[in-house]
Amino acid sequence: MIYSEKVMSHFAAPKNVGEIENADGIGEVGNEKCGDIMKMYLKISDGIIEDVKFKTFGCGAAIATSSIATEMIKGKPVREALKLSNKAVVEALDGLPPAKIHCSVLAEQAVKTAISDYYRRQGVDPLPIVGQIADHCEGCCENFV
Amino acid sequence: MNNIIYLDNAATTRISPAVRDVMEPYLGDFYGNASSLYGLGRESAKALAKARHEISEALNCEPREIYFTSGGSESNNWAIKSAVRFMERQGKRHIITSAFEHHAVLHVLEGLEKSGFEVTQLPVYENGIVRVPDLEKAIRNDTGLVVIMQVNNETGTIQPVCDIGAVTREHGIMFHTDAVQALGSVEVDIKKAGTDFLSLSGHKIHAMKGVGVLYINKKIRLLPFIEGGAQESGLRAGTENIAGIVGLAKAVQDAVNNVETKGKKLRPLREKIYREVMKLERVHLNGDYEQSVTGTLNFSFEGIEGESLLLMLDMAGICCSSGSACTSGSLDPSHVLLALGMPHEIAHGSLRISMSQYTTEAEIDKFLEVLPGVVDKLRAMSPLWEQIIKNS
Repeated sequence: MIYSEKVMSHFAAPKNVGEIENADGIGEVGNEKCGDIMKMYLKISDGIIEDVKFKTFGCGAAIATSSIATEMIKGKPVREALKLSNKAVVEALDGLPPAKIHCSVLAEQAVKTAISDYYRRQGVDPLPIVGQIADHCEGCCENFV
Repeated sequence: MNNIIYLDNAATTRISPAVRDVMEPYLGDFYGNASSLYGLGRESAKALAKARHEISEALNCEPREIYFTSGGSESNNWAIKSAVRFMERQGKRHIITSAFEHHAVLHVLEGLEKSGFEVTQLPVYENGIVRVPDLEKAIRNDTGLVVIMQVNNETGTIQPVCDIGAVTREHGIMFHTDAVQALGSVEVDIKKAGTDFLSLSGHKIHAMKGVGVLYINKKIRLLPFIEGGAQESGLRAGTENIAGIVGLAKAVQDAVNNVETKGKKLRPLREKIYREVMKLERVHLNGDYEQSVTGTLNFSFEGIEGESLLLMLDMAGICCSSGSACTSGSLDPSHVLLALGMPHEIAHGSLRISMSQYTTEAEIDKFLEVLPGVVDKLRAMSPLWEQIIKNS
């Protein structure tokens, strides 16, 4: 299993690591049994993602996908950030090994979960806007639920 | 690659200069096929016989009980698959093993379960050691084979093979041990241990990859593993890897002769690693500090994931390994650490350090200097660590 240079550079020096105090939306996905947890913090004003930070427990790919996902949504309107797909994350990293594709799914879901939280705090039902967020584990965690 | 600090000797080792020297002629002028009649072939046949003899002396068995293979996995496969045919003839269908054998054992046994054999896995407890009374309790009238490794590859814990051998002999049960991680670190004496099958691998003891040994008690008739020519008494066909085998013989002798010297050299390094690593917050030793080979230590760091840890150490030029799911190629962390009763999240954060006779104190110092910073950096970005601290 070999990571691309892009993955390694994001892993070695991840962008936007940390927390945001009084964040407007927080999303946490994954679980420790599977070995990945991503937590994303959003600062949103006038529908624009002004700042984003993350914390991740996980492998190299989990850290790199979180890092690049935060870069891809920072400064973007919320509606546009919702279009972030795991595929776009993989492409931006110049590919991921097959066993690590789930990390990109996790990054997409972390963003969507944080945005759902933002809408909820605004008193808006996120479901019609964000849609259903699937479980990233795709069965790997069914033994623990 | 000169600046690498290599602390993954349980994965593989460098070829020793002495092994290279004895191999050299067989990579050059002495290229004859050991089955050929002329002088060049006879040179190879002589070298092969000498290597077999030297290995049998080092392990305390007879030359005709030594078979050359491609390594530990093949030896384990061959031994178990042959043993069960022998069992079938005796009308036995039950096999006892431990929960943390190598996959080259566990996967073979899983296959046999599907074809009607029954397998009992003995627990290995938190310290990673099987208990002989558990074995005695598990024995049934139709038990034909016990498969227990001499040293576990991830934890380094030493299994009581001599006591196990005494029990299996008393009950007339065959005993196979995978001694791949044991040779060179503890005594491997076939007569003393009473094993019927024993697997060894060259590349774990400073010989080359792709060469190993299966010892088989002469009382047991093996089935051919590869059919074809008459090599290896007609049981494992294929032209012999003379250079590899000659190197292996040298490596086996050196490993057996240097057990004490190596232990003496590595003991203070082991103590230092343990003392310094345990100073870090929320770290656990996996296995047993005392009942373990000197060269191997396995720790878990709460709140971080093993692959990230390995990658960061690699960026500092340090090679180690981990039992995290991400490095195992599956979604589950190491079956070895889970067998020790460890929760998944802690097994994900494991780090194995394995030294060799070439490991220096300067290398260990450098490792111990780099490690705390890496652990801190990963914990600082870990939401799991945040939770652990909050809940404590």
